[in-house]
Amino acid sequence: MTIKPELQYSKDHEWVKKEDDLFVIGISDFAQDALGDLVFVNLPEVGDAVTAGEAFGDVESVKAVSDLLSPVSGTVAEINEELLDAPEKLNEDPYGAWIIKVADVTATEELLDAAAYEAFCAEA
Amino acid sequence: MKLIFEKSVKGRKCDILPKCDVPAVELPEGLKRETAPHLPEMSETDVSRHYTELNKQVHGVNCGFYPLGSCTMKYNPRIDEEAAAMEGFTNIHPLAPKSSVRGALEVLDTLRADLCEITGMDGMTFQPAAGAHGEFTGVLLIKQYHDSRNDKNRTKIIVPDSAHGTNPATAAMCGYQVVNIPSAPDGCVDLEELKKVLGDDVAGLMLTNPNTVGIFDENILEITKLVHEAGGLCYYDGANTNAIMGVVRPGDMGFDCIHLNLHKTFATPHGGGGPGAGAVGCKEFLKPFLPHSALMEKPGRLQVRGFMGNFLVCVRALAYVMTLGREGIPEAATNAVLNANYLMQKIKGTFTPAFDRICMHEFVLDLSHYEKETGVSALDVAKSLIDYGMHPPTMYFPLIVHEALMLEPTETESIETLDWAADVFRKLYELGKTDPEFMHNAPHHTPIGRPDEVKAARNPIVRYTFA
Repeated sequence: MTIKPELQYSKDHEWVKKEDDLFVIGISDFAQDALGDLVFVNLPEVGDAVTAGEAFGDVESVKAVSDLLSPVSGTVAEINEELLDAPEKLNEDPYGAWIIKVADVTATEELLDAAAYEAFCAEA
Repeated sequence: MKLIFEKSVKGRKCDILPKCDVPAVELPEGLKRETAPHLPEMSETDVSRHYTELNKQVHGVNCGFYPLGSCTMKYNPRIDEEAAAMEGFTNIHPLAPKSSVRGALEVLDTLRADLCEITGMDGMTFQPAAGAHGEFTGVLLIKQYHDSRNDKNRTKIIVPDSAHGTNPATAAMCGYQVVNIPSAPDGCVDLEELKKVLGDDVAGLMLTNPNTVGIFDENILEITKLVHEAGGLCYYDGANTNAIMGVVRPGDMGFDCIHLNLHKTFATPHGGGGPGAGAVGCKEFLKPFLPHSALMEKPGRLQVRGFMGNFLVCVRALAYVMTLGREGIPEAATNAVLNANYLMQKIKGTFTPAFDRICMHEFVLDLSHYEKETGVSALDVAKSLIDYGMHPPTMYFPLIVHEALMLEPTETESIETLDWAADVFRKLYELGKTDPEFMHNAPHHTPIGRPDEVKAARNPIVRYTFA
């Protein structure tokens, strides 16, 4: 399992990267592996409000549909439309395949650094 | 095997339609198709052989054991089919004058009275076409009730994380926000978690009991009391009624409205896409909100379907209830529970039950340790069962158990079948340890081995391309 040292992680297995004023959000390698092969992604629209700890979209594998829980509160500035036609990118390159970028962030969930996240996954 | 379109021979005919005995009417130009539809052209013999060949490639309750958890794939007595095939029931029209369909109306009235008695409800509609449609209707009853009291603050429906996926979907379709609460370690409702989310913004709770891990929630009276005290209503998902019918009643557990899958618990072959019937029952105070059919002429009332629902499924249900009777209904339920416990005890010692305690009509095996040890997954075991002529159990559900296999043997299986099934599970348990590769590639004796599920979901081909 890969964990990128430069990213932060939520306990719901999303990664977060700060890019100027935007928070870039994706799912971790641990998450994509646990979910299995993804076949469908449901994304919010640009301008939608997201709330820390609440679902902003969902992903579907052959096994199940799972909510994507936002690690931050703010407004969706960009979505990765490429994923809509190619959900498998989340499996192939979880850290390259960002899902949404959030602006005007007012709150964040508790975020872990790479070492703490690795320890958290080991317990899971 | 060739598709029916590939067997088609141009010009081959099979005259099954009688000559038209009324004057032909031409459609207006704009409504006519521009080209003839692609229909296979075959003789009656070849059509018959084609479908018989297809029939040989599928597995049904009539072919063998079918322990598909949460689906109650029990054998449906032929006498129910016979009742549903009676001409007085098959050749009627929803707009026929009442005087000509009195018998059919009596079927519905009798069935309503019987099912209300079995479930502890006061009123019932047969309109919903199946389970999820019944849930939708039931939650709309709850919504109308709160609306009628001008209680507009209630925007949330509580659903436990072990629920069937249709529960949150139903709540969302009715415009509610879904509040998911985690289960306690024993798979039942966590009372503390429930208390945390209860308040004057809660419209109701959706619950199955026995729950999706096959355990009867012994706190049920406390649960429904807590929800009622917060001003919410309790909805009973009838998915697991087969375990309790005639023994304990949702109405007595404190539920305000329910649905029953008549096609599942009350004898209609199902699993092929219908038709089903999701009868919805309710307590007296919700009766004014029950949907009305197009015939009943009460404007403003909820209407979820045109007429009386899937009537013939109701005929089968009545035939089933009447043949089993007051003693037979609880006997069927208790035998379903006995069979599940027997099979669980027989399998125990190999694969591990997720909850090692007396179960109701179904139980869940947790293969996560076995998978770590051998690399053989729940999917591999499920696929291997097919080679033994057994339908796989429900896989990877409920989501709170990893590598889950959920078995519901039902009351209609004999002890010999259960012994055989346990034996097959034990054999596979050993095989996984010595030859995991063989199980990764199962099934070995079916027309199709392992279809690529991921590819099928990502790039589905849903129509045939004509040459």
